[in-house]
Amino acid sequence: MTNHWSDLQNTDCALIMGGNPAENHPISFRWLTKAQEKGGKIVSVDPRFTRTSSKADVYAQLRSGTDIAFMGGMIKYAIDNELYHKDYVVNYTNAPFILKEDYKFNDGLFSGYDEATRKYDRTTWAFETNEDGTPKQDKTLKHPRSVFQLMKQHYNRYDVDTVISVTGTPKNDYLKVCETFCATGQVGKSGTIMYAMGTTQHTVGSQNVRAFGMIQLLLGNIGLPGGGINAMRGESNVQGSTDFALLHHLLPGYVGTPTAKPQHATLADYNANETPAAGYWSNKPKFLVSMLKAWYGDNATKANDFAYDYLPKGNKNYSHINLFKAMYEGKIEGTFLFGTNPVVGGPNAGKEKEALSNLKWLVAVDLWETESAAFWQKEAGGNPAEINTEVFLLPAASSYEKDGSVSNSSRWMQYRWKAIEPKGDSLADLEIIHVLVQKLKELYKNENTAAARPFNALSWNFGEGHHPDIDLVCKEINGYDLKTGKLLPTFGALMDDGTTSSGNWIYTGFYPEEGKNRAKNRDNVDTGGGNYLNWAFAWPANRRILYNRASADLNGKPWSKEKAVIWWDAAQAKWVGNDVPDFVPIKAPSDPGGNNPFIMLKDGVGGLFAPLNEGPFPEHYEPFESPASNVFSSQELNPAVEIHEGDFNLKGDASKYPIVATTYRVTEHWQSGSMTRNQEWLSELVGHMFIELSEELAKEKGIKNKDKVIVSTARGEITAYAMVTKRFKPFIIKGEKVHHIGMPWHFGYKGYATGDTANHLTPHIGDANTTIPEYKAFLCNVRRAD
Amino acid sequence: MVEINLNRRQFLKLSGATAATLAVVELGFNEKEAYAKSKELKIARATVTPTICCFCGVGCGILVHTKDNTVVYTEGDPDSPVNEGTLCSKGTTIRQVYTSEKRLTKPLYRAPGSDKWEEKDWEWMYKTIAQRTKETRDKTFVEKENGFTVNKTEAIASLGGAALDNEETYLLAKMMRGLGVVYLEHQARI
Repeated sequence: MTNHWSDLQNTDCALIMGGNPAENHPISFRWLTKAQEKGGKIVSVDPRFTRTSSKADVYAQLRSGTDIAFMGGMIKYAIDNELYHKDYVVNYTNAPFILKEDYKFNDGLFSGYDEATRKYDRTTWAFETNEDGTPKQDKTLKHPRSVFQLMKQHYNRYDVDTVISVTGTPKNDYLKVCETFCATGQVGKSGTIMYAMGTTQHTVGSQNVRAFGMIQLLLGNIGLPGGGINAMRGESNVQGSTDFALLHHLLPGYVGTPTAKPQHATLADYNANETPAAGYWSNKPKFLVSMLKAWYGDNATKANDFAYDYLPKGNKNYSHINLFKAMYEGKIEGTFLFGTNPVVGGPNAGKEKEALSNLKWLVAVDLWETESAAFWQKEAGGNPAEINTEVFLLPAASSYEKDGSVSNSSRWMQYRWKAIEPKGDSLADLEIIHVLVQKLKELYKNENTAAARPFNALSWNFGEGHHPDIDLVCKEINGYDLKTGKLLPTFGALMDDGTTSSGNWIYTGFYPEEGKNRAKNRDNVDTGGGNYLNWAFAWPANRRILYNRASADLNGKPWSKEKAVIWWDAAQAKWVGNDVPDFVPIKAPSDPGGNNPFIMLKDGVGGLFAPLNEGPFPEHYEPFESPASNVFSSQELNPAVEIHEGDFNLKGDASKYPIVATTYRVTEHWQSGSMTRNQEWLSELVGHMFIELSEELAKEKGIKNKDKVIVSTARGEITAYAMVTKRFKPFIIKGEKVHHIGMPWHFGYKGYATGDTANHLTPHIGDANTTIPEYKAFLCNVRRAD
Repeated sequence: MVEINLNRRQFLKLSGATAATLAVVELGFNEKEAYAKSKELKIARATVTPTICCFCGVGCGILVHTKDNTVVYTEGDPDSPVNEGTLCSKGTTIRQVYTSEKRLTKPLYRAPGSDKWEEKDWEWMYKTIAQRTKETRDKTFVEKENGFTVNKTEAIASLGGAALDNEETYLLAKMMRGLGVVYLEHQARI
């Protein structure tokens, strides 16, 4: 989230799209209710009339997978009706930048596309530059090749009638959404966009989010209280585990992993090719070298590139789908699962279960016997005698049986104190990881092989014995001044010469001095604006609203007093206000760069034009499986996604599977259900797998409420109970009726509440940038079970 | 240790005893009997520890009441500016994460081709897992590839971690990268 949960009370309008906080982030909704009590509006856009929709002032349905069409139309609406915040757009975005002449867009493809590799050469997606390398600009926004004019031209194709023929939204509802949300373009108003997996789990997931970013920049909503782009995280520490880079393409703090290519051959090559000339990321070498010092300690020296060579360098996409494809093909021998259950939660989960049986060994660390740990059992559908995987199931302690911190969606790092000893013989993951490393260190200590050297060089100083000292872990994350041995007060102190260490630069400053772990802060006095600066620690630098410089105008004065966050105090010659400035604290608006609020970016302004793998502007493409052809171009599917052929990813078409299906969660269960189906009360509350379908579809299929039904896709079939409801309505897509169903994905055969797994139905295809699977839009058919 | 709002905490912890005192003063009940009644309250003299909910990303504060080596009660933390004492159905039932009979309490091992789990001790598990990891790693480790120093193994994968604490994810990333693992993924991807 750019903003945070309690800041939602400051909004004039919350557009909730691709998320259902009333159901899945229930306590966040109290802040929305407070906003509503003050006159704020809630707008809910969803294929299904959800619990959130029931609390909304405006509801509009859209067919799953058509968000870009919906948002593209809204961008056009804001431009045509001049509802955008003009001063903000001219000064704080790249709208006035001039694009090179060879940038083109035609029939769904941007210039530079190579069909054979399904990749773009981005060289034509560039700005004309002045002699000093800065982009040429036309602040009148009238230049025909300005970002603003090209954006306008791009979305001119997204007129209301075309949009609703794709999304299936009733016209009046669509217009009401545009009118209500675009009203936040007025000075003195702010609007927030809240989203979750309904936005991201698509082949165009990243561009869905980009479209949100664009409308928020146009309306001047970024950096303001009650504004921003707010991703609602689904797990208690999925924010933190992303910050700490349990992802193939990242190192801690969003530093990209080096890969096996000439540009990354040495530390100098990596720094030269991955460090932007301007913006805060120009400090990247300091972050990387300080991390290497935290990881390799004294073994990281200037002479050996700070052990840069020891970082593993891959040469391909190692993301979840590709990982399971490699496992399916027998290329992976051993796997660790830390509190994860892909046999229920992974896409095309039946194939992911099959893949596990190709492993030589599997280690599962969990509170429960999950479907994934037990994939070899007869109940899972296989023959144990034929499965040769050795399985180690380690009992883990629960969240309140150990000490440690988690970072919520607001980026607030909050400490949890140990309330009780771990149950039975279970142990904290911290200890399990620590002891495994100790055992491996023991095995390798007398070896000097190619495999032994990097691991022997890894520094591991968290105390002797089985119990690691968590305080030492915290301090290593924060980092030290290695010359004095003192903890670092801020990431501004990091160096690239090996004199500082930091395990994760964005968290540097959370432990600025001995005995002061700010994640433990519990002063709940509102320090102004609902920012609670003394409760927990928010990365970066305890800042609560990102890009907050943009809440003030070119003179450093808040755009309006209602939406003030920080402002320039000329007397004190510094930025002051309710939050930690997201800016150099003493840089005046009149200083060079003093009006460039987006400090992380090279140009210092928000990117209305911003290259991703499938283009610089979001463009609508149909999902992998779609009931209709694309009306915007002859490109049906996102041209940059990777397509896995063969039985790992079977594809169904609309002739056999005419119904659109989507997946979601319920309040009473959580993710793959292991944490909740193993509890008595929650199992009792929602005890069975079900699907929701419209009264119209039920009538056509002869299905009654509570009937058992079979849902089929090209990947498989599942049985579930039918919940016939008014919450789904048939869509009219290009003049034809299209049915839409939905189902929760929490179920499996373990625990108290059992049921078939929705993910046996979902496809193995991912977004072109992140490879997140397209769980949210696929084709199916439904019939009565008997 | 943690600083919590003591006045409020004391009120919560002592409310049973306070009620008893009032009863004695106002109604003249037998003091011993009233005190015995107050003891029946599960949270009387329980230890209260603040935690953060383990489910979604809202990060609600929860108070865990423990006594006699078990969790007797959980409730929303009124001091948290996130939830101000409120909780959803999952947060409300978090006590059962501890009390559920389905919790794993022993390390379990499944041999190749076997149809059952066997209980093993931690030491054996650690030792065997470390050996398997080393065998696979040593056999598949690539130091150089196409002229680049790569120091990786593509034969070991690690998945998961969104429910781990920050400190744990830090150690896990450091361990896996230290081993040369490139198939490092977790729930944020899916």
